[in-house]
Amino acid sequence: MKDLTFQTLIAVFEEIFGRGLFWTMVAAAVVVTLGYLYVLVRDRAVSWRKFLWAQLSMPVGAVLAVWFVMAMTHSAPSDIGGAVDLIVFLGVAVMGAIGMAILVYTLESLIKPPKAKPES
Amino acid sequence: MNSPNSPKIGRRGFLGLAAGATALAASSGEVRAASVPTNARIVIIGAGAGGTALANRLVDRLEGAQITLIDPRKQHLYQPGLTLVAAGLKPADYVVSETTDWLPKGVSLIAEKAAAIDPVAKTVSTEGGQTLSYDFLVVAPGLILDHDAIEGFSLDMVGENGIGALYAGPQYAAATWKAASKFIEEGGHGIFTRPGTEMKCAGAPLKHTFLIDDRLRRAGNRGKAEITYGAHDGALFGVPIVSEKVRMLFLDRDIAPVYQHTVKSIDAGAKRVTFNTAEGTEEMDYDYIHLIPPQRAPEVIRQSGLSWADKWTDQGWVECDMATLQHLRYPEIWALGDVAGVPKGKTAASVKWQVPVVEDQIVSAIAGTEPTETYGGYTSCPMITRIGRAMLVEFDYNNNLLPSFEGIIPPLEELWISWLMKEVALKATYNAMLRGKA
Repeated sequence: MKDLTFQTLIAVFEEIFGRGLFWTMVAAAVVVTLGYLYVLVRDRAVSWRKFLWAQLSMPVGAVLAVWFVMAMTHSAPSDIGGAVDLIVFLGVAVMGAIGMAILVYTLESLIKPPKAKPES
Repeated sequence: MNSPNSPKIGRRGFLGLAAGATALAASSGEVRAASVPTNARIVIIGAGAGGTALANRLVDRLEGAQITLIDPRKQHLYQPGLTLVAAGLKPADYVVSETTDWLPKGVSLIAEKAAAIDPVAKTVSTEGGQTLSYDFLVVAPGLILDHDAIEGFSLDMVGENGIGALYAGPQYAAATWKAASKFIEEGGHGIFTRPGTEMKCAGAPLKHTFLIDDRLRRAGNRGKAEITYGAHDGALFGVPIVSEKVRMLFLDRDIAPVYQHTVKSIDAGAKRVTFNTAEGTEEMDYDYIHLIPPQRAPEVIRQSGLSWADKWTDQGWVECDMATLQHLRYPEIWALGDVAGVPKGKTAASVKWQVPVVEDQIVSAIAGTEPTETYGGYTSCPMITRIGRAMLVEFDYNNNLLPSFEGIIPPLEELWISWLMKEVALKATYNAMLRGKA
């Protein structure tokens, strides 16, 4: 590869998922991230009870992300052939896990906001 | 648990940060050199991968140049995708777009065939009778698939009676998959061939062999099939170290290579192929055969006296310098892509590396500066060895391997990441190249 620019990367991702799906996913990721930041700012605190559920959802996110990538690329876990493949595979799983955790935490916080504390 | 010391950033602050990050990301494009003013007339024969990419780059580099492309083809074909179509992994339309989709504003396209080139008078005539004068000419018409050279074969046979020919275009690649599917279901003898001439992407006949082998295994029918690969010379690939690796993979997959075998003729009714071999001829019966015809420069190149006189005389590739692609007798002419008479480089990846060289040559000639870019024969072949795995093979004129991701992606290992590159990232990179962005 001669040079890899940001534009090329965007073009690559558009090609992988199709333009519509890619930008929908980007928009979804941005919305969820902003939602997460919103609830953090609003609550001024992390709720560890909600975070527990978020953590429990992480394996589900990891599996879903791996399944999605495999399905989109005609691949199977048996195609992993070397160290770099394993790193990519685990990277996808980790990203899925973190994304899922953020999503679950944000949804929980939006649906069940913490009870207002009495003014001290 | 609460964390009373969490930072207090307002909502607007967050939105501002996000917007800032987006703007930064969007503005990090390439910085181009300033345009060179000129009124040069530049004619490019061919609006395929090379011609289109070059036109897009020249438009950015030159101001006022009169750039004309000559190409009758309405469709632009993403040819690296044909192997995927012929293995049932992509639909035929995956490789098809419009020639005009990729051309920049400010260039003219003459949708006719170039009929004659007069390198002395510096003119190009088209089939429609137009004559164009040029100051600089780039010949990038691609090559001709000489199907008639295979006796007993015509393109209307593809898809029936176990005949495949994926190079011929998207509909033929799809028809190839139809014929191959029957072989995958029923088994029998599959024969995979390649021509004795120079050819575009010498890895493609191997990829097709590996993919059909994998399809047979997935269908549980590999035991019912026998696979023969006919190499035109004594090796399976032009780069010795890669050839050895392929030989070992063939051994592993139970694919039997035969050497010095090129197709002379087929008898479609009897499903029999006759090979020219080192000893004479040899006949083989097949249930599926993949044919790739001899490949040559277009007639207009051969008749205009641009070809090598002492090399590839039956094929007619343009006589040009290996490093600069400049014609050896006519310094205002360059060859680009498949038609160039250089020892390697009939792939889209090579075009990606050749285009900046020709661009630099032309812009320097106009600006009166010394060109600096050279082409070292870079060719890349994501060699698919099964669905889900490939080897990212990259090499140069000297058969040296040139891995882009040294220490990360080993070139001779069958890897999933190399497959991901071929299957998903390659077309995007190709498209970016067409637009002059990569």
